[in-house]
Amino acid sequence: MEFNFLDSLPAIAPEFGLLILAIVVLALDLYLRGDKRDNIAYVTFFGMAALALTPIIWQPEAGSTEYWGGMVRHDSLAQIFKVMVLLAGAITALIAASTREFAQKGEFYLIIIVSALGACLMSASADLIMVFIALETTSIPLYVLVAFRREDKLSVESSMKYFLFGSFASAVMLYGFSFLYGFAGTTNLSAIAAHMASGAMADNLAPVLVAMVLIFVGFGFKISAVPFHFWTPDVYEGAPTPVTAFISVASKAGSFALLMRFLVEVFPQGIVIGGQQVEEFWVGLVIASAVISMTVGNVLALSQKNIKRLLAYSSIAQAGYVLIGVAALQAATAQSVASVSYYLFMYTFTNLLVFGVVALFTESTGSETIADLAGLSRRNPLLALSMTIGLLSLAGIPPAAGFIGKFFLFQAAVEANLEWLAMVGVLNAIVALYYYLVVIKIMYVDRSEDDDKPIAVSVPGRMMLAITVTATLILGIIPGPVFDWALEGASALFEVAAAFGTLVF
Amino acid sequence: MVEVEAFIVLSAALFILGAMGVVLRRNAILVFMSVELMLNAANLALVAFAWHWGGMDGHIFVFFVITVAAAEVAVGLALIVAIFRSRQSINIDELHLMEG
Repeated sequence: MEFNFLDSLPAIAPEFGLLILAIVVLALDLYLRGDKRDNIAYVTFFGMAALALTPIIWQPEAGSTEYWGGMVRHDSLAQIFKVMVLLAGAITALIAASTREFAQKGEFYLIIIVSALGACLMSASADLIMVFIALETTSIPLYVLVAFRREDKLSVESSMKYFLFGSFASAVMLYGFSFLYGFAGTTNLSAIAAHMASGAMADNLAPVLVAMVLIFVGFGFKISAVPFHFWTPDVYEGAPTPVTAFISVASKAGSFALLMRFLVEVFPQGIVIGGQQVEEFWVGLVIASAVISMTVGNVLALSQKNIKRLLAYSSIAQAGYVLIGVAALQAATAQSVASVSYYLFMYTFTNLLVFGVVALFTESTGSETIADLAGLSRRNPLLALSMTIGLLSLAGIPPAAGFIGKFFLFQAAVEANLEWLAMVGVLNAIVALYYYLVVIKIMYVDRSEDDDKPIAVSVPGRMMLAITVTATLILGIIPGPVFDWALEGASALFEVAAAFGTLVF
Repeated sequence: MVEVEAFIVLSAALFILGAMGVVLRRNAILVFMSVELMLNAANLALVAFAWHWGGMDGHIFVFFVITVAAAEVAVGLALIVAIFRSRQSINIDELHLMEG
């Protein structure tokens, strides 16, 4: 294909914009003095929110086209995930702006932007090289952000754990990539599938499975699925709350987009090696991980005292729910991809809402203990109401978006003949309801000595609450437009898989 | 002429050594070096496969991996220094302020 800069630009427009925004923020950090430094956060917020419009303005053509030398794909699936990541970055900037600690830290916003750039590229990667660079561009800034409070032992310790686990997982994943390259002699994802389908692998099933498991370890770490979740509670607790909020949505969204691409493009249906369907093994890994993530996450969340730790275990369980949708990919229904995209879309807002409230609460009280939330409904009714909406959405109670999100996921599982997996999901949702309701009960019923001390919320904090609460409720009541968009993403993804047989070598 | 399999066996050995180092070592710097060994095992495999297929993709991949590893080293060593400042030790068994 002839290279044309302007034709290729829309494929990486958000990333390009983020790069420029990063330079602008860096310059502002150098030149602004005193109170004017508050503007850095607003520049980040409005910049990323505006960039979230570029994927909507520059709609890709139907289907999925490779750009930039086959490195990135330009399709609806990438677009929807890029919008998620950009909005997550924008809202994180607001959360950070509402804390005294980060409001004027220019470098904080810079690192958030760079990490978002990586997560955007992740959701569009079409090549092993791009996958690896995008993963690391997302992760390395996050290691730095977690350790942002250099003098705080918790912050540094959790960052060290995150870093050692993270670099180990990416080394394991890279070794898996080197195998895939060895099988096919190409780093292009769909070309690898075409090569494996051509029968060149003959009966060599074992190396393919080894590569598959190695790669799944890397993904399991990124999406904090059990048994690769050990870092999650410590990092969520130790990291500054705005950082925790960002980690829990942006890098996760990008990783799930990539996980679906891997399943559909590299190990699609119809690859038979040594008389075995390769896809079955992959789906088996996903199902096993989904079941234990949901169960372990929810059971361990029951006994938590720290709200950020509770949300960490809840996010492990949420990753398990999403994996149900990923497992449903084996039926190759549009519903499966769309339900995963939709769930993560609403999860972005819901989780940022919950962590945002925690950040605002910690900002004025200095406490992260669940028991200290007592009397929140009297100290700031709006904050308590927002938190309630967020927790109900995580639990899956209508009219919050979490209900319709879970409904789509379980529906996808039923369509893929995985009724029992949907049942496990429903049972887990009931267990989860308990610990979310306990937090709500503490906020509304329990009395505290500080009942008469109101909690003030700053302007960026109010903006953040307004955006996330509105989005959570609207996505729950009118899911249509976003879900239709997600269905477009699904058809783009399957078009790639349908075309793999026709690639020429 | 050495076959490509010989390189892959060597890289698998390096990878397993590195993984064992991560699991068994308690000094943060040594754990970190073991991770680097795993990355280099992958690099060796990539270069060997690129030689086998006669393509350039693997070589280019290795360049990027080396660059990323350098970035990782910068962050990792900074973290280790920060840890050492706060507790005069880089033994990862002592990282247990948070439990549960």
